[in-house]
Amino acid sequence: MRELTCAEALGEALVEALEANPEVVIIGAGFAGTEEHRAAFAPLRRFSDRVLTPPIAELGYCGIAIGAAMAGMRPVVPVGTASFIYEALPQLLNEAAAAHYGSAGQVTVPIVFHMRAGIRGAGGIQHSAAPQALFWNSPGLQIAVPSSPADMKGLMRTALMASNNPTIFIDHVRLQGVRGPVPDQPQNIPFGVGEVKRPGRDVTIVATSVMVPRALAAAATLARTDGIDAEVVDPRTLVPLDKAIILTSVAKTGRVVVADETQRSCGVAAEIAAIIADEGFSHLRAPIKRVAIPDVPISFSRPEEDYVTPGPEHIVAAVRALCR
Amino acid sequence: MEDLSPAVLGDLWQRMLLIRRVEEQVIHFATDRADLLTGNYHVYVGQEATGVGVCRVLHTGDLVFTTHRNHGHLVARGAEPGRVLAEIIGRVDGYNRGRGGTFHVAAPDLGVLHTSAIVGGCVPLAAGAALALKRRGGSAISLAFFGDGSLEEGATYEGLALASLWKLPVLFVCEHNGAAPAARSGGEAATSSHPSRRLADFPASLGIPSRVVDGVDLRSVHAAASEAIASIRSGGGPVFLEVRTTGWPGNRGGAAVLPGGDFDLAWAWNPHTAPPELQAWTAESDPVARLANQLVGSGAFSRAELETIDGQVREQTAAAARFALASALPAPERALQHVFA
Repeated sequence: MRELTCAEALGEALVEALEANPEVVIIGAGFAGTEEHRAAFAPLRRFSDRVLTPPIAELGYCGIAIGAAMAGMRPVVPVGTASFIYEALPQLLNEAAAAHYGSAGQVTVPIVFHMRAGIRGAGGIQHSAAPQALFWNSPGLQIAVPSSPADMKGLMRTALMASNNPTIFIDHVRLQGVRGPVPDQPQNIPFGVGEVKRPGRDVTIVATSVMVPRALAAAATLARTDGIDAEVVDPRTLVPLDKAIILTSVAKTGRVVVADETQRSCGVAAEIAAIIADEGFSHLRAPIKRVAIPDVPISFSRPEEDYVTPGPEHIVAAVRALCR
Repeated sequence: MEDLSPAVLGDLWQRMLLIRRVEEQVIHFATDRADLLTGNYHVYVGQEATGVGVCRVLHTGDLVFTTHRNHGHLVARGAEPGRVLAEIIGRVDGYNRGRGGTFHVAAPDLGVLHTSAIVGGCVPLAAGAALALKRRGGSAISLAFFGDGSLEEGATYEGLALASLWKLPVLFVCEHNGAAPAARSGGEAATSSHPSRRLADFPASLGIPSRVVDGVDLRSVHAAASEAIASIRSGGGPVFLEVRTTGWPGNRGGAAVLPGGDFDLAWAWNPHTAPPELQAWTAESDPVARLANQLVGSGAFSRAELETIDGQVREQTAAAARFALASALPAPERALQHVFA
């Protein structure tokens, strides 16, 4: 199987979607990519008539994309840095997320909002947002959190070609250059289907997005130094959530760490932990531990930024605490 | 531009009166019973000529966006009064199956895809629908009805700017419903909360052809809409109409009342017979009364003929109210359905 970066895999998914359906359009400048990954999106250049580059008016162009989706188009809206989606919240939450329910199912809004989220290195207070927990608490939005190139491609294919719901696509900044195997044959990864990224016996690590490779690194350390065999479960989408894969793993191991790169309070790990406590309680042999960002904005200064970034070492420490 | 024959004008007047009587039913729902309509509601009394005059120019494939003050637009676009009223009281036979209520009445089959109650919310959506229509080819247009308050919101600015930049086929109808009678046809008409003294200047500064229209005069509305829509259909880009009407005294913020009860056509013939607080308004600013007097004055209809039409409209709206009241409330558990497609 060939290896691609996450950015390249995303680029392939976009090209395939544009080829498959003339209603797919790109409204936004976010796929121009950072310098480093610009080449991954070069294949989009032959679809220049399907790409609109708006002025800096997220509320306006996200609203326009939503209106276009209501009228039958299938837009993907790359806003760039995830923090910028906050400019468009009135249209995203009050219109896109509510229209299908408010019409008792008569109207659909098949739109994908792509954003580069997370702690990036010198992002600072306004370029480091991870809004997936905010969106999980907002009814009417589906949320994809890919962690690998294959997941990036498969989930974007589903978002653009199989889903008729408004979708938040969380593309972590630090995953863009990560390489991994991507099937030669295009395949959709359905929403609501997670994956065990590493089978194990002793403890479950539920991880999303950038925390998946960090969890895998933690698992390698734990195997090597502690003889602890950790299972890493990646839900891949938050809404819909593959609860079964999480609960099956907890039933097997009885101990769980949930690792997510959102702020701790009401973060992604908090909801997953609550689900496990509610529906997997009888299998638990220890409390549920969360690894997350403390409830702080993100500093520009590197030592502070690194201090709050949840990494493999935090996961290792949490697992060790559970296994004592 | 369609030449409005006497017969067509009579139909348009009937449609305006239908809106008036539907809104009276809404007010009765709110004021005559304690349990039907308990929140805010926004009626279109005094603005009927705008919705009817503009919608007369639309074709089947055109898309319409409106606001919390939507009832008149839905009826103008051809919605069944019974289903509009059912939606307003949350019943399953309403256009949104009771999910939307008075703020959100929409009818996708009539091209009213989604109705936002967020001030300014419809402006980007209408521009986006226009983008879809433009890319598909053809001459269909999108249209947004919104109030003067919408120009206070950032979404409106961005939607207008992008519509202009991308030359989208969208008509923006801004209903300034608090203008003094002398200011309705042009010149300045400030609002209490916007720094511009002439709202039409604002989209004009974005390169959008903009004009002021007297919204009390059906023919003026129809003429302005015809010219604007012809231009948009032939690729001229967006147009902005600031349609001015004068506030109806029955409007009380979010809870209108009927001073002196239902509109009496006799008030049109002799405004001195109207309740005191409605006399000046009926004489100067009531689009239904004005067109009625024009139809009689031109010899197109007699007063008796218009009164007969009014009788039919009253029967129609009474039946619509009965339909709405007979419609069921949804099963409570339905609350969990239709989150996702």
